[in-house]
Amino acid sequence: MKKTEFTLNGKAISLEKDPSKRFLDVLRNDLGLKGPKEGCGEGECGACAVLIDGNIVNTCILPLANVHGKTVTTIEGFSETRKFEVIKEAFKDEGGVQCGFCTPGMIIATESLLNKNPSPSDFEIRIGLSGNLCRCTGYELIIKAVKLAAKRGEGLW
Amino acid sequence: MKDISKAIHKVDSDEKISGTAKYTDDYVMENMLYAKTVRAMVSKGTIESIEFPDLPEGYFVVGPEDVKGENVVNMIFDDWPVFTKKAINYLGEPLCLIVGPDKATINAIIEAITIQVKEEPPTFDFTDSATHRHFEKGEPEKAFKDATKTIERTYETGYQEQAYIEPQGFFGYPENGGVTLIGSIQCPYYVKNAVMRSTGLKEDTVRIIQADVGGAFGGKEEFPSLMACELAAAIQKTGKPVKLIYERSEDMAVTTKRHPSKIKMKAYLNEDNTIKGLKVHVSLDGGAYIGLSKVVLSRAMIAVSGAYTFTNLDVSGDVYKTNTVPNGAFRGFGAPQMLFAIEMFIEHVAREVSEDPFAYRMHHLAKQGDSTSTGGTFRDPIILKPMIEKAKKASNYDALRRDYQNKDVFKGIGMSLFLHGCGFTGSGEADIIKAKVKLKKDEQDDIHILIAAVDMGQGPKTTIRKVVSDILNLPIEKVHYPNPDTLNVPDSGPTVASRTAMIVGGLCARAAEKLKKDYVKGKEQTVHETYVQPKEMEWDEDAMQGDAYPAYSWGVNIVEVEVNKGTYQIDVLKMTSVYDIGKALDEKIIEGQIHGGQAQGLGYGYLEVMNHKNGRIEQTTMTDYIIPTSVDMPPMETYIMDNPYALGPYGAKGAGELTLVGGAPALAKAVEQAIGKDIHKIPLTPETIMELMHHEKN
Repeated sequence: MKKTEFTLNGKAISLEKDPSKRFLDVLRNDLGLKGPKEGCGEGECGACAVLIDGNIVNTCILPLANVHGKTVTTIEGFSETRKFEVIKEAFKDEGGVQCGFCTPGMIIATESLLNKNPSPSDFEIRIGLSGNLCRCTGYELIIKAVKLAAKRGEGLW
Repeated sequence: MKDISKAIHKVDSDEKISGTAKYTDDYVMENMLYAKTVRAMVSKGTIESIEFPDLPEGYFVVGPEDVKGENVVNMIFDDWPVFTKKAINYLGEPLCLIVGPDKATINAIIEAITIQVKEEPPTFDFTDSATHRHFEKGEPEKAFKDATKTIERTYETGYQEQAYIEPQGFFGYPENGGVTLIGSIQCPYYVKNAVMRSTGLKEDTVRIIQADVGGAFGGKEEFPSLMACELAAAIQKTGKPVKLIYERSEDMAVTTKRHPSKIKMKAYLNEDNTIKGLKVHVSLDGGAYIGLSKVVLSRAMIAVSGAYTFTNLDVSGDVYKTNTVPNGAFRGFGAPQMLFAIEMFIEHVAREVSEDPFAYRMHHLAKQGDSTSTGGTFRDPIILKPMIEKAKKASNYDALRRDYQNKDVFKGIGMSLFLHGCGFTGSGEADIIKAKVKLKKDEQDDIHILIAAVDMGQGPKTTIRKVVSDILNLPIEKVHYPNPDTLNVPDSGPTVASRTAMIVGGLCARAAEKLKKDYVKGKEQTVHETYVQPKEMEWDEDAMQGDAYPAYSWGVNIVEVEVNKGTYQIDVLKMTSVYDIGKALDEKIIEGQIHGGQAQGLGYGYLEVMNHKNGRIEQTTMTDYIIPTSVDMPPMETYIMDNPYALGPYGAKGAGELTLVGGAPALAKAVEQAIGKDIHKIPLTPETIMELMHHEKN
């Protein structure tokens, strides 16, 4: 079987596994990273999102082969960064967390958005989070949190 | 004392943000097996035979014969079998589990099963009433006879799916001669009682632990009991840890949903056009089994007056059995259907007799001292009038309502007024739940809150810790509230019915006061509290007469919309709301809960379409069933009033469900103005609006 090689949370990984295997299952079951969640299994809800080369990608519809040669950051890896601290504090201050199941995906979406657009407007934030479903918050306080993170993180992104 | 409402960081945010919070599917154990459900593929019939392929070693069939106790799921009405043996009553009904170490092999086994069924004609319409209820207020018969005019309308609402982002799931293992189950649940003791009954195991060998819960909204109230009974049988048979997690499509196809309804309303008017009385009948689609539906029906019927007072009422309702997936608990519990109907109806009546709808509603508005729909009393202050004024001002309601009278703009603004009874209906708290709480102080003077209330995002871990730490004047870090484990916590009741802050929080506050009085530094101390019904409350369950709830929360929603002239798609522009929930235990937490409830209420009104076709749910993915995204949601402006309730902790009343029930009628009223047609049915899809626009007489 062909090896799939990629960088995961700063570490080089080489896996000899079925290249069509869902990347979410590889992360959760083979590598023990439980931060990405399965909400829908069809790329609709964003709970399984990770960063691949800095962009948000849903791993529940991603075959393992597609990460070959890429840099993957899950919430576990991202939570060791300074940017994460800024986003985390903003989510806490604004009350953007309820059940928490969508939250790691929302954090990843926030990072992906701010990477491309460090000072997004309200509407740009709504578009940036629109691939991540939340059933608890109505999004309002998450949007406020992203805005606060952008403001506090000036220069970081 | 500092203001309890002042927001603090939620105590569980760190682990949720960093992805280390542990949900059911995050639990693993060595030698763990997976389970998947084999389901009926017809809506009604009798099983003649099931042929299984040869099972590889280590794989098991777990079916009705493996249910060692009663083959029934313990609920309010016990008609759900754990696994059906012969009779199939809905498509998707569980027949057995296939259990084994590899998911792909389990799927292959299920593919190879042959089931012979003698099909029978299913029922999908409202013909087979399983529960009929009726109550009256005043002298309806006499009042109706004297009426000068009558107006009659019928309202319809559809299914609504809870769509928690974490699908249903359980993980369990053998322990102590019995079973231990960890699950995504709202009601640890509902699950425990159900598993004891289905397994025949004794109290001390069934242990239920709440995992972190990824949203529930009523969907994890009674349904998890079914899964738990199935899984317990699998654990007993295999002697191994077993995990049963639903995929999204399975979850949406077979779990309980909000009851579709049909509500007939007839108003009897006085000579001056005011309402003399109402005759109302509500039909709920119960699905194949009754479960909780009778209680849902009660709440729907009791909500008949909405935010108004009517002197004469004749209210009846039926839950109809149909060969469809059983319906059950969903935030609001029958009230969203009825509040949609009454809010639309009062406006429709006003317009039909050429009265100003706003003035007409104000005339009928409920006030302190009025008698409730069931002849109880609104004892506490009702502050709806200043709330309405506040909402109108903040939303610029009067000016916009006038501007949008211009038919060409296709915009509208609508206002809903509503209430929600807090806690269990009637004598449920006193007669059925009998909530108990326990506070334990250890030798380090740390306080442990021991209750069965589940934090599924709504925040009791934070708010109840705030209450207890404030009373005992301790830093919140000294007060602990782990996820409930039935080994340690008493039965403080299910996490439902907007009761957690008010009832369980109230008991914890009382326990903390007691502990404060007897506080001895450095000594282990334990205090208990048990629910006592407010003494002025009286309720006759059979006649549905008296005080249905100890307290009521109130709300005003104003929604502004634009309807696309070409596609008839609705764009929600803004939502303004004012709530009386007694007292906020944390401003940020309640604000978030309000936004989320409103999103579900708006979604119920226009986006969330679910239907069945010959008993098969047609929308079983998040692509087909649309819940609001960040782009669908409008900016929301929210105000919370201070109107403390004497018996709630710090004055708090119920809040969780209230925030959902007003969204759909406010939205529908706004759409009515935008399109100039009367609306009797939700969800308001573009197709529904198109039909209205092309229907001449409306």
